[in-house]
Amino acid sequence: MAVPKICGIETEFGIFVRGRSESNPISASSILINAYVQELVRSGHAARTAPRVGWDFEDEMPHNDARGTTPADVQPPEVETHLVNAVLTNGARYYVDHAHPECSTPECADALEVVTWDRAAEEILRRSMVASVELVGADEEIVVHKNNSDGKGNSYGCHENYLLARELPFGRIVRQITPFFVTRQIFCGAGKVGVEAPGLTSDDVPFQISQRADFFEEEVGLETTLKRPIVNTRDEPHADAQKYRRLHVIIGDANMSEVATYLKVGTTAIVLAMIEDDELGLDLALHAPVAALRAVSYDLSLTRPLELATGETMTALEIQWEYLERARKYAEVHGLECVGEAVGDDVLHRWEEVLTRLESDPGSAADTVDWVAKQRLLDGYRERHDLDWDDARLAAIGLQYHDLRPDKCLAARAGLQTVADPAAVLHAVDNPPESTRAYFRGRCLQKWPESIVAANWDSLVFDVGGDPLRRVPMMEPSRGTAVHVGTLIDECETAGELLDRLGS
Amino acid sequence: MAEREQKKKSAPQREEEVVDDVPAASESGEKIKAELDDLLDEIDDVLEQNAEDFVKSYIQKGGQ
Repeated sequence: MAVPKICGIETEFGIFVRGRSESNPISASSILINAYVQELVRSGHAARTAPRVGWDFEDEMPHNDARGTTPADVQPPEVETHLVNAVLTNGARYYVDHAHPECSTPECADALEVVTWDRAAEEILRRSMVASVELVGADEEIVVHKNNSDGKGNSYGCHENYLLARELPFGRIVRQITPFFVTRQIFCGAGKVGVEAPGLTSDDVPFQISQRADFFEEEVGLETTLKRPIVNTRDEPHADAQKYRRLHVIIGDANMSEVATYLKVGTTAIVLAMIEDDELGLDLALHAPVAALRAVSYDLSLTRPLELATGETMTALEIQWEYLERARKYAEVHGLECVGEAVGDDVLHRWEEVLTRLESDPGSAADTVDWVAKQRLLDGYRERHDLDWDDARLAAIGLQYHDLRPDKCLAARAGLQTVADPAAVLHAVDNPPESTRAYFRGRCLQKWPESIVAANWDSLVFDVGGDPLRRVPMMEPSRGTAVHVGTLIDECETAGELLDRLGS
Repeated sequence: MAEREQKKKSAPQREEEVVDDVPAASESGEKIKAELDDLLDEIDDVLEQNAEDFVKSYIQKGGQ
């Protein structure tokens, strides 16, 4: 039986300073995050938050390769310990990474929770922009976009993470998930005006399905900023490494559509559960996955055949239908408890619905699929003003779709369906999910901020005075939930009391 | 591939259901068009004033 598919999303946001001709993105990101943290202190949240808690890098090891060995010519990712890092009371990490503000959601138990805390991350960025107003010049404004490309060859990521059993052979993951990753963009691609792959111009590709497809050059590998691979091998479980893997998925687009995020995470979690239980029973290995990734992204009609390793051909839609059929069978036999039974059933239903709509008329998915919603705006605007595809206004629409400012965001005006409860999203700005160890992290940070000196995904470090610092390991992502420790945290008055009771 | 064929068989049933709703569907088609018109008006209002400068100056550092 597959382990619970605990999951989360980490998003690097696009950032610039309006009104400044040359802005330093690292300092802008630092100002943005510090502004949020200062605002928490000033607004009286200080007693209930831990804005000054640092990130504990003790267990960071992004250079470990799931294949066991790393080819000699790769550049492993570096851990940047000197930049701004905040741990929030909702269990999230908010920090500066590679010249972008990045927010990692807390660990979630299902796709609906991921959507809720991903939306909360957007709200955190919006509040940060508001808070940063007085920290920049009078005519300046820090602006944040939830996208993955500047249209000029620079890309930044929206990564997903899924908990897997350690005994699952990595080779099986690569073989069985690759066709899924190449084709899932048809419902979770965010859409992009133009093309950034070498040798192509916007005459060849005026608009495409994915923000990221142009930037992928390898089938499998460790790197994340160069020669990006479809399957990333970073082996850093942030959990008991004897029991678990964490699949670090770097191929996704950041979605503005809640349904797209929900489907992206929900379907991937189910497919990974099938692979873990060795129940996929399907070999759709593609002849040339990297080329296929781009071919799918450039084919707005969704009809282009892709060559399989066997020599047969299938379209991206046909490949997705195959995965869906296997997922239905898997659900009948095994149930979907590992992805949340109700959410899993709903994901299967919506997966079928979106494939049906994309198959009959892609335009009919404009209220759920980002690239379709964006294309609708672009086509409408292009026809109204009789514009060529190289008109800057179309590129501006392509960027502004992702603008997180409420008065500028085009996605917010595109009539997209929602799945998360708006009240739950606001609650999630300051509170952790109850279903994972993020609950323990978040509640402790709310209740005893002065006693916690550092935090990371799998531990909290307490200073309760006198004694040496005490590290509480959290190696089980599904422990430390409200059910496990809610009453304990409620009952303890001090962090010292909590540590004593945890130790007994 | 057997499951896929099954899938294809189920598709026409859905289409038949749609056929019953033709008047409603075209009404909703007009509604959708009107909504799009409103939306395009709004884009004219909120789109960056100088789109060319905005797009040209939108440069990000590469990330992950």
